[in-house]
Amino acid sequence: MDNLLWIFISALLVNNFVLTYFLGLCPFLGVSNSLETSARLGLATTFVMLVTAVCAWILNTYVLIHAPYLRLICFIVVIASTVQFIEMLIKKLSPALFRAMGIFLPLITTNCAILGLAIFATNRGYGFWEGIVYALGAGIGFTLALVLLAGLREESELSNIPQLIKGTAMNLIIAGILSMAFMGFAGLFSSA
Amino acid sequence: MKKNQSQEEFLKGIWRDNPVFVQVLGMCPMLAVTNSAINAVAMGMATFFVLVGSSFLVSTFRHVIPKQVRISCFIIIIATFVTIADYTLLALVPKVHKELGAFIPLIVANCLILGRQEAFASKHPTKLAVMDAVGMASGFLLALLSLGAVREILGDGALFGVNLFGENFEPWVIMILPPGGFLTLGVILLFFNWFKYKKDEFLEDVAAAERSES
Repeated sequence: MDNLLWIFISALLVNNFVLTYFLGLCPFLGVSNSLETSARLGLATTFVMLVTAVCAWILNTYVLIHAPYLRLICFIVVIASTVQFIEMLIKKLSPALFRAMGIFLPLITTNCAILGLAIFATNRGYGFWEGIVYALGAGIGFTLALVLLAGLREESELSNIPQLIKGTAMNLIIAGILSMAFMGFAGLFSSA
Repeated sequence: MKKNQSQEEFLKGIWRDNPVFVQVLGMCPMLAVTNSAINAVAMGMATFFVLVGSSFLVSTFRHVIPKQVRISCFIIIIATFVTIADYTLLALVPKVHKELGAFIPLIVANCLILGRQEAFASKHPTKLAVMDAVGMASGFLLALLSLGAVREILGDGALFGVNLFGENFEPWVIMILPPGGFLTLGVILLFFNWFKYKKDEFLEDVAAAERSES
């Protein structure tokens, strides 16, 4: 139990996917201009990460022990098609949920955060529950980083910033400062 | 004419449409592995191989691949090349492979590569597609190298592992940690914005001068 908690906190704060591993930067910089959109994207990403963790565990346990060199291709194909399938299922079963995150699902099927999650979980030899908890932590951490940046960007719309620095350059510098703030969480582990 | 066009495709990737500094693509590997120049070069070479190889295959088979499933085909071709690159690096330079770790398989998810297949290689003859891929990949390698060099010099006081400043240099450790990646790329993009702004201003001046002359 203790172990699971540490995996969760580590993925959420200390090794935050966006701010420490630089995974999922494209949506991080592209979609983070409004709070609501980024919260929904975060929800969709967390969901896809959970699906990914399950897929990766099944593949690793039953298929890839026979052919490790097919790992990459298997992950991509299986994750992409499972997400597509679940998207159809949600559309049928719960239109409200589909409206909340539907348009994002095809976009994030194989972005680097998703594939990164599958590969990291494999490299560390996580079991089923460990993988699920890891995916949950990583997804919520991704949402946290996205919402933080979106909030800061909404604020910065109102302030007087030189034309030259507006856009990606400023977002990257904001992300750098956020990342520095998250470095502080590294202390959680040495004290434990 | 033919030769000029392929030269043109090559050069645009390096400067005018540089994948990182102008199009801001392929950021994940870009920031994650550039904490030293040698890692940056290894990553750049791996991406170079994958991009050129998959552009070659995609444009050769562009009439065979059905339009509806083209993206899936591209991804499988790219994933194959990435797997080859992964195992090659593991065999040749195990130390670098260990440091890059999970980021080599993640080349698959580099939007630059898929973007080039979709936007260029699937619509142009093989020779042009390869030239375009070589240009883009060189631009990417150059960008990685400049970021890696800046971060290693400031954060470690060294370049390619060779100490530059001697004993008394206090390394700026933050530069080789994650925040340094964001900050360095932010500042480089800022420089590019400034350059573009100056150039636009200059072109406007020229145009105004021409108008007043006529």
